[in-house]
Amino acid sequence: MYWEKNVETIDRKKLEELQLAQLKDTIKRTEKSYYYGKLFQEKNISANSIKSLEDIQKFPFTTKDDLREHWPYGFIAVPKDELVRMHSSSGTTGRATVVFHTASDIAIWSNLLARCMFMTGMRKSDVFQNMMTYGLFTGGLGFHYGAEKIGALVIPAGAGNSKRQIQLMMDFETTVVHVIPSYALHLSTVFTELKIDPRKDTKVKIAFLGAEPHTEKMRRKIEEIYGYKAFNSYGLSEMNGPGVAFECPQQNGMHIWEDSFLVEIIDPKTLAPVADGEEGELVMTSLQKEGMPLLRYRTKDLTRIIPGICPCGRTHRRIERIKGRSDDMLILKGVNIFPMQIEKKLMEIADVGTNFLIILDRADFNDSMTVKVEVNKKYFAGDIKQLEILRKKITEELKGELLITPKVDLVEPDSIPKGEGKAVRVIDNRKD
Amino acid sequence: MIAYQISIFAENKPGKIAHLTSVLGKEKINIRATTISTADTFGVINLIVDDPKRAETVLTQAGLTVHLRSVLAVLIDDKPGGLDNLMQLLYQEGININNAYGFVLESSKKAVFVVDVDQTEKTEKLLEENGFQTLDTQALSSIEPTHNVK
Ligand SMILES: [Zn+2]
Repeated sequence: MYWEKNVETIDRKKLEELQLAQLKDTIKRTEKSYYYGKLFQEKNISANSIKSLEDIQKFPFTTKDDLREHWPYGFIAVPKDELVRMHSSSGTTGRATVVFHTASDIAIWSNLLARCMFMTGMRKSDVFQNMMTYGLFTGGLGFHYGAEKIGALVIPAGAGNSKRQIQLMMDFETTVVHVIPSYALHLSTVFTELKIDPRKDTKVKIAFLGAEPHTEKMRRKIEEIYGYKAFNSYGLSEMNGPGVAFECPQQNGMHIWEDSFLVEIIDPKTLAPVADGEEGELVMTSLQKEGMPLLRYRTKDLTRIIPGICPCGRTHRRIERIKGRSDDMLILKGVNIFPMQIEKKLMEIADVGTNFLIILDRADFNDSMTVKVEVNKKYFAGDIKQLEILRKKITEELKGELLITPKVDLVEPDSIPKGEGKAVRVIDNRKD
Repeated sequence: MIAYQISIFAENKPGKIAHLTSVLGKEKINIRATTISTADTFGVINLIVDDPKRAETVLTQAGLTVHLRSVLAVLIDDKPGGLDNLMQLLYQEGININNAYGFVLESSKKAVFVVDVDQTEKTEKLLEENGFQTLDTQALSSIEPTHNVK
């Protein structure tokens, strides 16, 4: 069953012709932005440089740093009046990247999500509980619009408040949920506490797992606890948000919607393209966006194209679940964190050194972050109260920056091993 | 007279205190009194030693985070009300005590009470005006403590 059969099962040759036409249009649109306009002039490139899809390689990559440097409007390709929505990749001030949508962008994005959800079996008759953060984060509103597009009854539950989530699920007989995988595991402990068996006492049959990379084992565990089918979802705000790639009922890789995105996989070191089936960094060009189209955007997500044809009949290629990052970004409870953010904050506090260690743990299905910080020898005055105040201050500062509350441990100067060159700043103890 | 307390920053890990005492033992530095304040994963160890300046040097060389702090070592009578007299005086004068601990001198029926206050010099003057005797490092070195009281 397809949401748009002609698009989802399009002949590859026709798809590539479509992509080529869309790519030329996209380049013409991006030229109107401050950033690309200047870049194209400097490099003497334009839509005319494109004769085949491979010609995209004549264009430079776009990175998150480029977006930051031209914050906020440097990538806008339409008059500002045409924009109807902004989103942000993370809520912090210093490291935030913003994206903008026109009315048409929102409509196309909603349709992509409707396509994803319909593919897994969700229908108009379903009750959809969206357990994601609404607001600047794209995950909440993206799915909300997609589910309404299908015509399902949407419960905009938002994130957290576990008991209320369960109450809503029971009262309104939720059949489909959208949830962060680590939260799904945490929520199962609340079910146990309330002596409610999610397998018997709820009607949920489909879950969308998003905002956080997770293993196949973790997915199977969630499916087992809840007795529903869990589907992996991939997206990033720079390419709308969720709805970029999604699992079909085969649950074997995520179809990446090639009518909306031109996909490349590159070697993150040499930046050269790798063959289908080989692992590398996902690079994407938006093919339909108007507000803020991006060319060759480096996602920093590591994956590979799964070779072969999917038995579901969809011709759009599949990517494997995300293996990791080519940069040092961490994802905790669906929140993106760069170690650099922590370093920057610590540098503003004189009483501590800038040598720090991030430890990620998972206990009782609950993820946590500990930041070990070295006390600065010069500022130690033999006073435990002063240290307590310092620790509280660091916790507050980091909470303000990261939007999650880390546990802060003060440690002795020079007790954290300094790495050769690039220090090892992160220990991830999170297992399935 | 002003005395000195050595404060050491320490994570709550096994062997921390043993490391400290072995460094001081090797250097033949005597510990007169100790207190430890902790805040779950870390703490501060306070020591009164017979040679605080040298202790600071050797502990720093051993890689520890050390702070030398001036404190008042007040001689009080080891009898009911002895400590109370001192405390009442500090309270009445509005002097904030960060930390306080003591040890008894059995031979002389006296006790030494170490008080760590914000305004050391002002407090010292006040104590002496009120008949309390304060000891300096040298005086502390020449007395033999028996046991600690907290
Ligand atoms: Zn499929």
